[in-house]
Amino acid sequence: MTSGLRLFNFAAPSRFYALAGTLTPWFWLLTVGFAIAGLYVGFIVAPVDATQGNAYRIIFLHVPAAWMSMLLYMVMAFWAAIGWAFRARMASMMARAIAPTGAMFTFLALWTGALWGKPSWGTWWVWDARLTSELILLFLYLGYIALVEAIDDPRRADQAGALLAVVGAVNVPIIYFSVRWWNTLHQGATISMTAAPKMASTMLLSMLLMTIACWAYAFAVVFKRARAIIIEREQHTAWVSEMAHAAKGA
Amino acid sequence: MRALFLAVLLRDLRLAARRRIDALLPLVFFVVAISLFPLGVGPEPQTLRHIAPGVVWVCALLATMLSVQHLYAGDQADGSLEQLLLAPQPAVIVAAAKCVAHWLVNGWPLIVAAPLVGLLFDLSGPALQSLVLSLLLGTPVLSLLGGLGAALTLGLRSGGMLLILIVLPLAMPALIFGAGAVVAVDAGESAAGHYSLLGALLIATALGAPLATAAALRISTE
Repeated sequence: MTSGLRLFNFAAPSRFYALAGTLTPWFWLLTVGFAIAGLYVGFIVAPVDATQGNAYRIIFLHVPAAWMSMLLYMVMAFWAAIGWAFRARMASMMARAIAPTGAMFTFLALWTGALWGKPSWGTWWVWDARLTSELILLFLYLGYIALVEAIDDPRRADQAGALLAVVGAVNVPIIYFSVRWWNTLHQGATISMTAAPKMASTMLLSMLLMTIACWAYAFAVVFKRARAIIIEREQHTAWVSEMAHAAKGA
Repeated sequence: MRALFLAVLLRDLRLAARRRIDALLPLVFFVVAISLFPLGVGPEPQTLRHIAPGVVWVCALLATMLSVQHLYAGDQADGSLEQLLLAPQPAVIVAAAKCVAHWLVNGWPLIVAAPLVGLLFDLSGPALQSLVLSLLLGTPVLSLLGGLGAALTLGLRSGGMLLILIVLPLAMPALIFGAGAVVAVDAGESAAGHYSLLGALLIATALGAPLATAAALRISTE
């Protein structure tokens, strides 16, 4: 580390493996810490909502999950594209590692949204623009995961997945706006979710804490999964077999 | 480049002409799938007229996804795809020619049959016209996206289902505006906005999809 922090060092899977191994417990710690703080503020400190009662408290998980679902798709497409363009193996592995977590957050956002919708609108699901786009985002994640899992050759899987992720990322705004347009034409749902009432600052604080917890969770899980992918793909290299021998000896 | 485009296009058309039943199967699927809906939903003309645009469009989408699956499979099996990609001309020409051929063989029959199946659903004259026009603008988009999916899933075990899973989310805007145009006309409104957006989708897809398909073909045949 003579000339500052050399970030590109960690593009080597063996170095990234060690780094991720060191960082993962800390991210778990952050996840648990912020989740406890966020849930405490959300359940104990934050007041009961005047119109929605206690049911609104699901947003402390719902909103961060929805944010993460969209963000992770973009991050996944970014790493996949980097891996494809620069033949960076580690970037492709990161994209693969992010996809299941992103799909999980998308599903969580839909699920918590349904749990919120039932008491406040009286229905589990409306074909609202946001809900529909989130559902399509879940389909995009599933398509990506299914494609990369169906291809046995990791190189081809990475490149095909990258192409699909980039095409998906380009299409996400088109899909969102067409769904929104479709929704305004049909005017099926009259519930407006954009007109959010002014939120108490404790509610906002809880949401923020939970968002940090979700970020930390995503980092922890993605690093953990990336480490597993590294081991699997680099199993024929010297450093992995050395590590395996050391682990067997210990 | 034009010579290669025409050569690939004419070759695919000739192949389709020699296997006429294969080329007609998507059309048969289209008509059969559409006629399932009145059986499932019930024969009330009011309901049928209401669901007709969506039903016709969804079935056109599915028929395209099923027919596009073999777009590159045969060429890959006999090695001609690799030879085409070895040609000095860019692979995007091949991808574009294959998509045009697919649309001419599989898209056109659906458009021609659409007014007939529309009559089964008691659609009015203007609605039938808009159905044809929206399919005319929309089915090329489906062929182009389907070609991309076919190139990505080339030679995979579960290629068929995978292709549908990959392409359907991308094809949703075309479905929305295509079926929306017919709904708008049926409600007595102007469908000009829908047509414009479909046209914009077609232009954007025609510019982007062949490039992506060419890249996918290179990845899949590497």
